[in-house]
Amino acid sequence: MATEAQGAEEGGLVFHPMDQFIVKPLFGGENIGLFTPTNVTLWMALAVVAIFALLVLGTRGRAMVPSRAQSVAELAYGFVYKMVEDVAGKDAVGFFPYIMTLFMFIVSANFLGLIPMSFTTTSHFAVTVVLALAVFLTVTVVGFVKNGTKFLALFWVSSAPLPLRPILAIIELISYFVRPVSHSIRLAGNVMAGHAVIKVFAGFAAISVISPVSVLAITAMYGLEILVAFIQAYVFTILTCVYLKDALHPAH
Amino acid sequence: MASETKEAASHAADAAASAPGMPQLDFSNWGNQIFWLVITLVVIYFILSRIALPRIASVLSERQGTITNDLAMAEELKLKAQEAEAAYQQALTDARAEANKIVADARAEIQADLDVATAKAEAEISAKSAESEKKIAEIREGAMEAVTEVAKDAAKEIVSALGQKADARSVTAAVNARLKG
Repeated sequence: MATEAQGAEEGGLVFHPMDQFIVKPLFGGENIGLFTPTNVTLWMALAVVAIFALLVLGTRGRAMVPSRAQSVAELAYGFVYKMVEDVAGKDAVGFFPYIMTLFMFIVSANFLGLIPMSFTTTSHFAVTVVLALAVFLTVTVVGFVKNGTKFLALFWVSSAPLPLRPILAIIELISYFVRPVSHSIRLAGNVMAGHAVIKVFAGFAAISVISPVSVLAITAMYGLEILVAFIQAYVFTILTCVYLKDALHPAH
Repeated sequence: MASETKEAASHAADAAASAPGMPQLDFSNWGNQIFWLVITLVVIYFILSRIALPRIASVLSERQGTITNDLAMAEELKLKAQEAEAAYQQALTDARAEANKIVADARAEIQADLDVATAKAEAEISAKSAESEKKIAEIREGAMEAVTEVAKDAAKEIVSALGQKADARSVTAAVNARLKG
């Protein structure tokens, strides 16, 4: 706090691009226990509120000719449903509520994070790692439950020449276990990097000569971040569908 | 100025020291975040699977059903309209044929009536003219006799006026001869 005030007085450059990601208790205090309500709690709750407002309040008319909110809700439903059906296959529609939950949470958290002064829950590895591990475990369990040991055919590339297959199997196995890592870091990394870059440009705005350029850069980055907020949610969801397809139809 | 900058830098360093370089890697609050995340996801899952998704699905399928029904009904109505038009055309053709028939019948009837009337009139006319001819002949006959009578009487009178005794028989003969001539 003192630093910021001093920085503003001096017109010096003070960068705290990562401060926006600090987890703070909501009602004062220093220690964060397991159940302490923090800014994470607040912004996750707001995400729930936003999802509720869009998908439940928005559709309460059940109108034959939809209102604007209902149109958006139907659009989101159709978007994810079609993705699940097209990418993961018709027998994967049972997982639609699960995938829709992931998509709605990520997209809401990403967009809420774009509100100035807000906190972006999806910029934290703690969050994305849990999401990715949940997908990883679900897919693995589903794969073994549906296909039994045939699920291991995923790692045995039957179309490759026989001598190559063990090597490919090792590569496939490694790539399978790298999935949750890339899945989670991709989302958090993209979101965090964009927000940090905006903050860095905002720091440059303290120098009056550079400030117009800085404001322009912030605007451009913000536009890009809006894109990223949606695309990363989309990418996370579609990768979930792809992994699910592998689990349901493991043969190459 | 320089000392102030240095001070600011040291403050920044303090801040950096108090919070790790990346708050994401501060594992002390992961448990807290994961706890709230799980609650959030469960809440969202129940909102979606219990309320939102069935509702949207029902709205979408209802709309699809309505559209299908409307299309089917439109198709049906179109067929009905076509049927009605065909029936109308049929009725029109029938009516036209009927009208033609009625006209032809009426014409034939009128023609027959006309023929009967004409024949009757002709018969009457010929009967009347025959009667008239007969009457004319009678009149002519009567006139002839009257002329003969008058001529005889006149001749008798003339003869007696000339002082001669008129012989009735010879006068008649003379008049007859004269009339014939």
